[in-house]
Amino acid sequence: MAERILELTHITKTFPGVRALDDVHFDLIPGEIHALIGENGAGKSTLIKVITGVYQPDAGEITIDGRAVQIHGPSDSQRLGIAAIYQHVTCYPDLSVTENIFIGHEKIHSLTRKIDWRDLHERAGELLGQLDADFDPRATMGSLSVAQQQIVEIAKALSANARIIIMDEPTAPLTARESEDLYRITEGLRDKGVSIIFISHRMEDMYRLASRVTVFRDSRYVGTWRLDEITREQVITHMVGREITQFFPKRKVTIGEEIFRVEGLSRTGYFKDVSFSVRRGEILAMTGLIGAGRTEVCEAIYGVTRADSGRVFLEGEELHIGSPAQAIQKGIGYLPEDRLRQGLVLDWDLAKNVTLPTLETFATMGWLHPVRERAVTKELAEKLQVRAGSVFDLASTLSGGNQQKIIVAKLLAGKMKVIILDEPTKGVDVGAKTAIFSIMNDLAEAGYGIIMISSEMPEVLGMSDRIVVMRDGRVAATMDTAGSSQEKILRAAMPEGVTA
Amino acid sequence: MKRTATASESFRELGLLVFIVIICVAVQLRNPAFLTLSNIGDLLTNTAILSILSVGMMMVILTRGIDLSVGATIALAGMVSALTVNSFRAISPLVSVLEGMAVGTVAGVLIGILIARFNVLPIIATLGFMNVLRGLTYVVSKGAWVSAYQMSDGFKGIATGGVAGISTPIIIAVVINLAFFYFINHMKTGRQIYAVGSNPEAADISGIPRRRIILLVYTIQGALAGLGGVIWVAKFASAQSDTAMGFELSVIAATVLGGVSIAGGSGKVSGLILGTILFGILNNALPLINVSPFWQQAIQGVVILAAVLVNVMVKRNSQRFALRRRAI
Repeated sequence: MAERILELTHITKTFPGVRALDDVHFDLIPGEIHALIGENGAGKSTLIKVITGVYQPDAGEITIDGRAVQIHGPSDSQRLGIAAIYQHVTCYPDLSVTENIFIGHEKIHSLTRKIDWRDLHERAGELLGQLDADFDPRATMGSLSVAQQQIVEIAKALSANARIIIMDEPTAPLTARESEDLYRITEGLRDKGVSIIFISHRMEDMYRLASRVTVFRDSRYVGTWRLDEITREQVITHMVGREITQFFPKRKVTIGEEIFRVEGLSRTGYFKDVSFSVRRGEILAMTGLIGAGRTEVCEAIYGVTRADSGRVFLEGEELHIGSPAQAIQKGIGYLPEDRLRQGLVLDWDLAKNVTLPTLETFATMGWLHPVRERAVTKELAEKLQVRAGSVFDLASTLSGGNQQKIIVAKLLAGKMKVIILDEPTKGVDVGAKTAIFSIMNDLAEAGYGIIMISSEMPEVLGMSDRIVVMRDGRVAATMDTAGSSQEKILRAAMPEGVTA
Repeated sequence: MKRTATASESFRELGLLVFIVIICVAVQLRNPAFLTLSNIGDLLTNTAILSILSVGMMMVILTRGIDLSVGATIALAGMVSALTVNSFRAISPLVSVLEGMAVGTVAGVLIGILIARFNVLPIIATLGFMNVLRGLTYVVSKGAWVSAYQMSDGFKGIATGGVAGISTPIIIAVVINLAFFYFINHMKTGRQIYAVGSNPEAADISGIPRRRIILLVYTIQGALAGLGGVIWVAKFASAQSDTAMGFELSVIAATVLGGVSIAGGSGKVSGLILGTILFGILNNALPLINVSPFWQQAIQGVVILAAVLVNVMVKRNSQRFALRRRAI
């Protein structure tokens, strides 16, 4: 048995009314990458918070290097060499990279009490260099991409001499290529002896990086396995506690006539000459690297922004959409990527959320009919199998996957013809993903034209009928999903001269 | 979950009500003149203008805005209507009211355009307009007062008249609060006002005309301030250039006291009404029990801070509960 740098045994943590962790175990070997997976709500986040000292466990023991420790707060965990990199980067966007790295432990000149900026910038540059990052430590954090901000967070962990780094869904906001960079950096850290706990919903991450995996389900510890002795299907089975037979349950749908067409859509600085079409019952995937302009194109179609030129047709009729209200009225629905910020009013109940875009149809002369609102919401929630107590539940109390379903319900409450889904499965667990795919199938069967923006290759290949690949604001390729492959898509998506 | 959230919210209103009762009992014990019909009538009449304006302020604050210009709008609208009455004594009181509201509406529209169309921060736009409108009041009055003898009896009757012993300002305030209650709770636009304040981005994506909503709330606030201005001038039978100086802060305080969150998106009409009444009671009762005028303002401030503190704690509790249900 190898030595353990970190070991948690019999950890239990309860909150009023719920048991968040129930007698769980976890151990970490020096210099390993250990994947921690489980559905949303399985207890991963709580475990992380126990390790970083945000929560104190009710029972159980934590040992570091074999010695029992008490972690009373984040400063304790920092002292013990533990650092966490959260899913949503917690940075100061207006401060420089250097300030973000060294905040809290700046080097101060002993005599003048001045912060020694030149030295700090230099050290920040060195840290970034170790991580193969080439941006200027003097740049403001807010001007960096999400991937670059993550690298800064890692540099920050290194600057604090962290020996245990916890990464909470770091690849969720990243493109395939950025993820690849992150994998390399993570492996580099491992080779230097840092132990890493890697939390992710993406199977690819786990198989690419980790040597062992621990599975949590319903606040309990399911088990730990070496990844060379467990298959992907077995991992999924352990996570959900039931067999998921078809991960991508794409149903064959008779595809009808063209319902929606975009011709030569351009917006200076964002995208140029974008053309594609969608037919009834068809799922069109838009993929490409982040920053390729996919979301921007869809925002222009939906009226959030305006295109400079180009034409948009719905059922043969040319549309001039200047605002989301007009898009909704014409029958174009948009499911935003950032559902917490753009999708839901979290402190509202489900019914009020669902009817928000289509209030017009729930009112006569401006007077609302709450009973009808609730009835429609209830019907849609049942159809989409939302797990909630009632339509009076607040949106904030739902899990990520169920929140996503409520946003879909918002679209279905209106008479939509074309639905744009921007990264519909981002940050939702396996079970909810399957549910969302099945909803997409239903929508396709019902004759909607569906545009799905996605960076997940398996999802693109598994769910779509046709694929539009964007690169640098242009359509790089349009292909039928049958006969395409991950390599083909990546080749089209990558900038010239770079091979996947 | 719904039950918990509502429970903690109505707990808050219950708290206000209990607080009001305690104060009333305490004051009554010290001065039996407090809970007499005539004093209650005075108290409510004096609170009516505050109540009318707090309705508009609640709408503005719901959209994450603030309106610092209402005191100045009151002064300008009151001054313009008083000057008109001074020149044309035969004018009907109703015309005076409409005139004042028209002045307020124009001010509100301009402020709304500045905020909704040109993205000027509400605090800046209304601070600017506070000065502009106050300045205009000095200009149109040339610094002079319009006094009681210059006003027609009909005009003064706007504030002094009444039906069945209930004064006109109270009736107006009640009607406005009732209309507002239905508007904000049962109408599409009311729902949209909450949405804009609760999550502006989600409102945009959901196709809500956010800018039009913002323009609307400042316009309504302007109209209400104009109405308040006419009542104010008629009530004191005097229009001065420094009328209602600093009144905007009382309106904001009463609104916040009523549980309307400055962060936008949350607040209830029942709370608002209790908040304004509590504010009115503090104004009326403290002099009655011989609290030194020096202390009155400080006491008001402490009460407001205490109410806001309770609000924050109630909110934090319900949020923690919601988060817990998700985190696990």
